[in-house]
Amino acid sequence: MDLTLLREQMPVVIQALNTGFLQTLKLFFVTLAGALPLGLLISFGSMNNFRPFSFLLHRRGEAKGFVRWLGNARPIRAFFRFIIWVVRGTPLMIQLLIIFFFPGMVLHNNWWGSGEAGRFAASAVAFIFNYACYFSEIYRGGIQSVPKGQQEAGQVLGMTKRQIFFRVTLLQMVTRIVPPMSNEIITLVKDTSLARIIALQEIIWAGQAFMKGSQGIAGAIWPLFFTAVYYLVFNGVVTVLLGRLEKKLDFFR
Amino acid sequence: MPILEVQNIEKRFGATDVLKNISFTMEKGDSVAIIGSSGSGKTTLLRCLNFLERPNGGRIVVDGQVLFDAADPKTQREKEIRQKRLHFGLVFQSFNLFPQYTARKNVMLACELLSKDKDSPYQATQDEIEATAAGLLARMGLGNKLDLYPYQLSGGQQQRVAIARALALRPDILCFDEPTSALDPELTGEVLKVIRSLAEQKTTMVIVTHEMAFARDVAGRAIFMDGGVIVEQGPAKQVIDHPTEERTRQFLSRYAGE
Repeated sequence: MDLTLLREQMPVVIQALNTGFLQTLKLFFVTLAGALPLGLLISFGSMNNFRPFSFLLHRRGEAKGFVRWLGNARPIRAFFRFIIWVVRGTPLMIQLLIIFFFPGMVLHNNWWGSGEAGRFAASAVAFIFNYACYFSEIYRGGIQSVPKGQQEAGQVLGMTKRQIFFRVTLLQMVTRIVPPMSNEIITLVKDTSLARIIALQEIIWAGQAFMKGSQGIAGAIWPLFFTAVYYLVFNGVVTVLLGRLEKKLDFFR
Repeated sequence: MPILEVQNIEKRFGATDVLKNISFTMEKGDSVAIIGSSGSGKTTLLRCLNFLERPNGGRIVVDGQVLFDAADPKTQREKEIRQKRLHFGLVFQSFNLFPQYTARKNVMLACELLSKDKDSPYQATQDEIEATAAGLLARMGLGNKLDLYPYQLSGGQQQRVAIARALALRPDILCFDEPTSALDPELTGEVLKVIRSLAEQKTTMVIVTHEMAFARDVAGRAIFMDGGVIVEQGPAKQVIDHPTEERTRQFLSRYAGE
């Protein structure tokens, strides 16, 4: 490759990639801010034990067949597990397309609008929903791995369910889930590039523009390759921060 | 008037009867040992007293007040149950200390939360709570371990923190669920010593235990359970040294020579 040409292209490309990466970061942080709490709510739903027909079981003697099935049915839990199955069972790329095009094509009311802001909103909704489902399963594993005795100890001390969750379970759960969460978060950094499919102007989109031609540069593939450096550096920062968090939570066992 | 009356408690898990018509009473300052083989319903009975299990039948009366009546749904409201629990304290076999808090904070946490709730019967200032926690831990011989985390303590020390935690809320009746079963013999001694001193100070206690010698010496009364029923009850020395029921004799023969 011609070095003088590279030196000429560099400032233009870097500036375009920076702009794209800003959009990438925005999507990343908005997704985290939305999916971390939403995932917790979904995990509560997927652990819900409400049995609306349990009165069928309370009669003396054992219920059988359909009556027993109905008495044990937990519709709220089933509903949330179904949602998790669908969201985790289909590609995020398809979910992006459906969420972006569904309002316009099926409801004939494209509430996303046609600009970059609309594409970002649609991407954020798809990412938050998708990642909340993955997070919810990590939360569920974390919550269920806290021994039942912890809850019972809180109960006999007169604590409310809320106090038991926030004062007893939560921190023990967080400590357990930091490693699997770190995995998901690092994956999220790179997954943001999927929003390219609905032309969100994130960093991959910005790099690709120089292949087709943009700002006097055409047929250059190196900007696309160069985007990897951005992801790598950012993930380095994320890894260090999550490592610190893990260390900070290491004061008890 | 007895401090505790347990009347005709029944508990089923599915189609299995775990407790059948359990009745006994206790006077204030009494300590009762519940003995019997595994699966006889001892632990379930204790869990019913602490509202960790809901009995299918019967009544629990403390100090003349009906805390639980299976036939009366008004006695089973969630919010009230939380307050009624405070009549009882429970020390678990597996300690169940909160690992993220120091010994001191383990003892203080529930006191702090209850004092913040103006409706709760337990009220104390932060200074009082801190003094209570330090005092109780000192009584448990842990005056120099206040700021250690559970993982830094031995099993026997952890169980003594758990006893202090249960005592902090000043329960009417303190329950022990096999408090030494998770400990080796050396550590068992230090926990039994604490329970013995509580008995000497007339703490009302229900102790589920496999330590027969301890039960005979420390408890005023003993209840022998088998298959979900009370087979025999009476003064501890009599039940353990001179049982009248064949089933009790069979069970105790395994402890002969202790």
